Amino acid sequence: MWQYVFKRLLLMIPTVLGAAFVIFFMLRAMPGDVCELKLGGEGAYVDEAQIELCREQQGLNDPLVVQFTNFVGGLAVLDFGTSMWTGRKVAYEMGLRFELSLQVAIMATIVSIVIAIPLGTLSAVYQNSWIDYFVRSIAVAGIAVPSFWLGILILLALLSVSDALTGTRWTPPIDYVPLWKDPAYNLSMLIWPALATGYRYSAVATRMMRSALLEVLREDYVRTARAKGLTETLIVNRHALKNALLPVVTVIGIEFAFLMGGLVVTEQVFNLNGLGRLLVDSVTQVDYTMTQGIVMLIVLIFVFTNFLVDILYAWLDPRIRYS
Amino acid sequence: MRTKMWKFALGAVAAAAMTTGAVAETPKSGGTLNFVVGSKIPSYDGHIETTFGMIHPISPFYSLLIRVNPDNPSENDFQCDVCSSWDASADGLTYTYKIRDDVKFHDGTPMTAQDVLATYNKIVFPPEGVASSRKAFYKMVKSMSAPDDTTFVMNLEYPSGAYLPAMASPFNYIYSKKDLDEHGMNWHQKNVNGSGPFKFVQHQPGAFVEGVKYDGYHHEGRPYLDGFKAISAPKMSARVQAIEGDRASIEFRAFPPKQRDDLVAALGDKITVQESDWNCVLMATPNHERPPFDDPRVRKALTLAIDRWGGSEYLSKIAIVKTVGGIVFPNHPLAATEEELVQIAGYSKDLEASREEARRLLKEAGAEGLKFTFNNRGVDQPYRVVGTWLVDQWKQVGLEVDQQVNPSPVFYDILRKTGEFDVSIDFNCQSVINPIADVSKFLPSAGNNYANFEDAEIEALYDKLARAGTFEEQRALMREYETMVLNDKATQAITLWWYKINPYRSYVKGWKIAPSHYLGQQLDQIWLDK
Repeated sequence: MWQYVFKRLLLMIPTVLGAAFVIFFMLRAMPGDVCELKLGGEGAYVDEAQIELCREQQGLNDPLVVQFTNFVGGLAVLDFGTSMWTGRKVAYEMGLRFELSLQVAIMATIVSIVIAIPLGTLSAVYQNSWIDYFVRSIAVAGIAVPSFWLGILILLALLSVSDALTGTRWTPPIDYVPLWKDPAYNLSMLIWPALATGYRYSAVATRMMRSALLEVLREDYVRTARAKGLTETLIVNRHALKNALLPVVTVIGIEFAFLMGGLVVTEQVFNLNGLGRLLVDSVTQVDYTMTQGIVMLIVLIFVFTNFLVDILYAWLDPRIRYS
Repeated sequence: MRTKMWKFALGAVAAAAMTTGAVAETPKSGGTLNFVVGSKIPSYDGHIETTFGMIHPISPFYSLLIRVNPDNPSENDFQCDVCSSWDASADGLTYTYKIRDDVKFHDGTPMTAQDVLATYNKIVFPPEGVASSRKAFYKMVKSMSAPDDTTFVMNLEYPSGAYLPAMASPFNYIYSKKDLDEHGMNWHQKNVNGSGPFKFVQHQPGAFVEGVKYDGYHHEGRPYLDGFKAISAPKMSARVQAIEGDRASIEFRAFPPKQRDDLVAALGDKITVQESDWNCVLMATPNHERPPFDDPRVRKALTLAIDRWGGSEYLSKIAIVKTVGGIVFPNHPLAATEEELVQIAGYSKDLEASREEARRLLKEAGAEGLKFTFNNRGVDQPYRVVGTWLVDQWKQVGLEVDQQVNPSPVFYDILRKTGEFDVSIDFNCQSVINPIADVSKFLPSAGNNYANFEDAEIEALYDKLARAGTFEEQRALMREYETMVLNDKATQAITLWWYKINPYRSYVKGWKIAPSHYLGQQLDQIWLDK
């Protein structure tokens, strides 16, 4: 088992380095620079000498090799550098947003699991019944509806419903307060994006749960259990569900990693100061160091999540670690 | 003349067009103002930043030497902030400011003329390696000194009408000399120690900036608010919903007409709207280095094709543009009157005659049916709206235009660095209305003129304008300069001036709309009627 873990850990290194190389050179291929935007982005007078001074201070005039070496050298000691836009440490800027993004990702994952596992199970157990059709309709709708659009609908509904019920138009808070400081305020802000993204996320997991369980329920050992006279509930809960969870765990793991940095539009809709918004801002501001830092963080989260999923696989199915 | 220059009225279209009654009310103290900001803070240093994303949340922490009166911001009504008075010598070459002796920085250090001197030295004569974004505004300044702790003196090379408006720039935060000496010139990029109406509490990057009332503020009785929270909300829909749901009371930049109407429809008299002309304008800039735009006839045809008067009527319903004007902020005494404007190519009310003339000029220049690319910025308000309108206008005279809408970094790269464009949208957006400085944008040698040409005649004329001593002389030279730029040489084509629309919660009192989203942001005048 430990050898398996070690191998998986080693495989992470070339993946991370490859991603660093790609993101570094792709960013430099983009036109534009941060100094032009910072100093002249709003049409105010801009002195060319000031722009040049800014470029010099940001290291933009250094040869690419030097810039890349600095970037990779920093990565090796987990130093993502300094934001070209704010002048603050990239790690500090990401740290500020990480908590919010992590909370939304966890909440959305919980929403997804709470919806997907029971619905997917029901759908498989009652295959081709009205329950199955109903669940599949919900799942297809979840895949078809973008979460940001669902978010907009939720906001509009909140405004209309609150107006109709109380005469005052209510929207969720737009400034984040940590959960431990004011749980009610925090949840009244984050529950809506968690629902919007959790629903879409659950749709994928529900379909995966259904198909995996259907497959397992046709296995010989399930037939044997039935022949032994076990109840259907016992067969599903004790024998089928655990094995059917394997592909669902994979989907949940990948989706969780995606949620950490991929809620770009949903964060804009709900005005969440998360990693997704930071990534978009840094790209539009041509803030190389910040973009590199966030992308590398997302890469690390993906790589690490995949690593955990692999380990979980090995735990769920002992045959895997020997293959 | 001075009164005429500084006390101009903006006319019927100006501030408070839709404001509720102007009855004076007694301000109430208390409460926290939440407002939304649609841009980000690069750093806290006003001397290097140019964005309202910094001005809106950071200005309440700082004082200025002189400022545009926040109670009357629609006029260039300058008042002392940390000074008690100022005087100009008869020849206009020496300005003496008396500095108040009751101003203290938030760390308790008393402010003196030495702090003002250190601040203006950083802005006007920054040491090598220190950035100062507006030092070019002070080309007329020869030297400065602080002979004692309550006197600050500036000596000019030549008298200039552009000087005093430049001194009232909302970016010229007064820093403590002690901070500059002890921590260096870059300390204020990440730290705040001002003497403004509010003290810095915290900044959560990307989320909000929080300030609390400064009890030692030097303007007696102010500020009225206990504090403020500037909440970052980059997406317009989030800002509108924040006001609708009362999560925020106001946004100080502006909303398009549709969002104003939606808020008014949803909230009725709980929303107040103020509107004003805005000291920003979009223009079409031809690249003079690229034939046939090196030919003034082709450039003139571009401007002749534009229906500005009609565009004002219909674009103002969907975009933040409205007023027809020349190179000077509309309704300023130095701006062209309507009678003067209609003499300039492209401003005539006889649209068909203008377009006929455009077709004739194109034919004469051998550019009939010309195809060209138009570089535009991928920002909806008002760039894309105006850009699409321009494409249609040019189509009316047989021009075929391929509009390329680019994200901001790509747009700037094309406009400023590579110069790989035929015609590009460009803009001039300023804070304090300072026509003589603002129109330097049209100088071929200006760092922010991207038309790529040289013209000694325009340079010489502007030089005369910058040194003109009397208002009459300035006005006459301004007309000559405007005619040369927009008509004779058609170096650029002005479109429509922006129009500022601010819908906000009616319980917010004391805020008056300014012709710039950079002005009146210290918030000491605002109170809440809750």
